[in-house]
Amino acid sequence: MASYSTNEFRGGLKVLLDGDPCIILENEIVKPGKGQAFNRVRLRNLMSNRVWERTFKSGESLEAADVIEQDMEYLYTDGEFWHFMLTDGSFEQYAADAKAVGDTIKWLKEQDVYTVTLYNGAPLTITPPNFVELEVVETDPGMKGDTAQGGSKPATLSTGAVVSVPLFITIGEVLKVDTRSGEYMNRVKN
Amino acid sequence: MKNQPDWQPTASRSALKSRAEQSAFVRGFFAQRDVLEVETPMLGRCGVTEPNLDGIHAQLDAQGIKGGWLQTSPEYHMKRLLAAGSGSIYQISKVFRNGERGSRHNPEFSMLEWYRTGFDDETLMTEVADLVCGWLECPRPKAISYRQAMIDWAGIDPFVITQSDLHQRCREWLEPEQLQNLSRDGCLDLLMSFAVEPNLGTETPVFINQYPASQASLAKISNVDGFDVAHRFELYIDGIELCNGYWELTNGDEQRTRFEADNRLRKADGKPQMDIDEAFLAAIEHGLPDCAGVALGLDRLLMLKIGTRDISDVLAFPLERA
Repeated sequence: MASYSTNEFRGGLKVLLDGDPCIILENEIVKPGKGQAFNRVRLRNLMSNRVWERTFKSGESLEAADVIEQDMEYLYTDGEFWHFMLTDGSFEQYAADAKAVGDTIKWLKEQDVYTVTLYNGAPLTITPPNFVELEVVETDPGMKGDTAQGGSKPATLSTGAVVSVPLFITIGEVLKVDTRSGEYMNRVKN
Repeated sequence: MKNQPDWQPTASRSALKSRAEQSAFVRGFFAQRDVLEVETPMLGRCGVTEPNLDGIHAQLDAQGIKGGWLQTSPEYHMKRLLAAGSGSIYQISKVFRNGERGSRHNPEFSMLEWYRTGFDDETLMTEVADLVCGWLECPRPKAISYRQAMIDWAGIDPFVITQSDLHQRCREWLEPEQLQNLSRDGCLDLLMSFAVEPNLGTETPVFINQYPASQASLAKISNVDGFDVAHRFELYIDGIELCNGYWELTNGDEQRTRFEADNRLRKADGKPQMDIDEAFLAAIEHGLPDCAGVALGLDRLLMLKIGTRDISDVLAFPLERA
C-alpha cells in the first residue's frame, strides 16, 4: 500500500495509525521561522470514532489505509447481518455486522441508498443520507385546533426511530427527518 | 453535478483594501526615514542552505543557465546591494517556501525585508516596533530573552538541560521513536512552537531575543552570562510569529563555515545539499557594512490588522485556488 508524507496530509485522507484506519480531519503546519517544522494533525479513528491529535515531524509518513466509500442499497437483515448492494449495476453484495451498522440501524429502510465505508473490502461503517422519509407507525391521536400552537409529542417511525413531531401528525403519514440531528423536518405528501 | 473549480477570491474586498493601505503605510514609513526601496530577483540561480527552508526548484533555461530557485527570501541579493554601497534599503516582495501551507502559511507569501546600516539588533527592534505599532495601533512590545521565555513557558533552561531531560519534556508531543533522530535544536523548536509561542504577545506584543548560538543563522554571536547567544530577535503578537531580525554577520569565513554546517545537517536529514551562493559570499568578503536586517511577514501583519486567524482571509488566491 502507498504511504503519504506530511506534505500530502489533508482533510479526508485515510491513513493507518497504530494499526487502525483513520481519516485526517485537519493538518496544521507549525514552524518557527527558520526552525524545524511540525505537523499537528487531528484524525478520527474509523474503528472507535474517537478523535486523535498527533504531532509529526515534517517529512514523516503514514501508510495509506484501504478505505473507500461507496453508495449501496439496503436490502434486508437476517438478524445477524445487514445486507447491502452496490448501486453501480454490479449487484455485488456486502454484509455489515451490528458494529458497522451502529446507530444507523434506526434509519435503515429497504431500497434506500446509504454510504458504506469499506475497510480492506469489508463494511466498517454505514452512514445514512442526511434526510430520510419514514412512515409513522405509532403516535398519540392528532389534536384538532392545535396546528398553530406548537407543542410536540413522540412518534415512532417504521424503522423504530422515535422522533419529536408536532401534535397534528397522525399514524400513516410519511415524515422527512434529518438523520444528523434526529429532528422532524416536514410531512411528505404520498 | 459537475465540480466547478473555486474561482472566487478568499479575501473580502475590504481585506484587499487593507492590504493596499498597508503597502502604502509601509512605503510612507520608509520614505520618511530615507530608506531606499529596491527590487531584487525572485528567481535566482541559487537556493539557500538553511536546513529547514525548502525553496521551489525552477526549470529556468536561458543563455545556458538552467534550473534556478524561487527565492525563500531576498536576503542574499539585498546584502549584495549593501556590499555595493546601497545604504539602508527595503523591499516588499513575494517569497516561496515549499511544503508550507496552513492557517498561517502559504507556499508563496509577501515579505517585507529591510536592512539598516549602522544599526544593531537593539536599534532595529525599536524601528520594528515603530512600524508595527504605528500600523496596528497596538502597545509597544516588551523584550524577553529566549532563555527566560523557555523557563517561563516550557519549564526548561535551554542552555543547560541535558539531552535526555529535553527528550523527556518533548514526550508530551512526540513518541520515543519520533524523538530518536530529532536534534537538540529540533526539540527546542518543538517546545518553542507548542509550549511557548501560543502564550507570546497575548497581552502586549513580545520580542524574543538572545537565541542560542546554534540558532544564529546569519546573526552575530556574543557571550551573555557565560552562554553564547545570537543577536537575533523575533516579534510575536497574539501567538503569531511576525518577524525575524539579525544584527548581521559580516565575516565571510564564518559565513562559509555556517553554510557548510547547514549542508551537513541537510545531509543528515536526508535532504539534498544546496550549492553555496558564491556571489553572495564574494560580496560578504568584499565587505558587508555593519548593519541589522529583518524580514517581516506582511500577510500575518494584515491578519492581525483585520483580526483573523486564517491567512486565506488576507490572500486573494491561496494555494488551493492559485
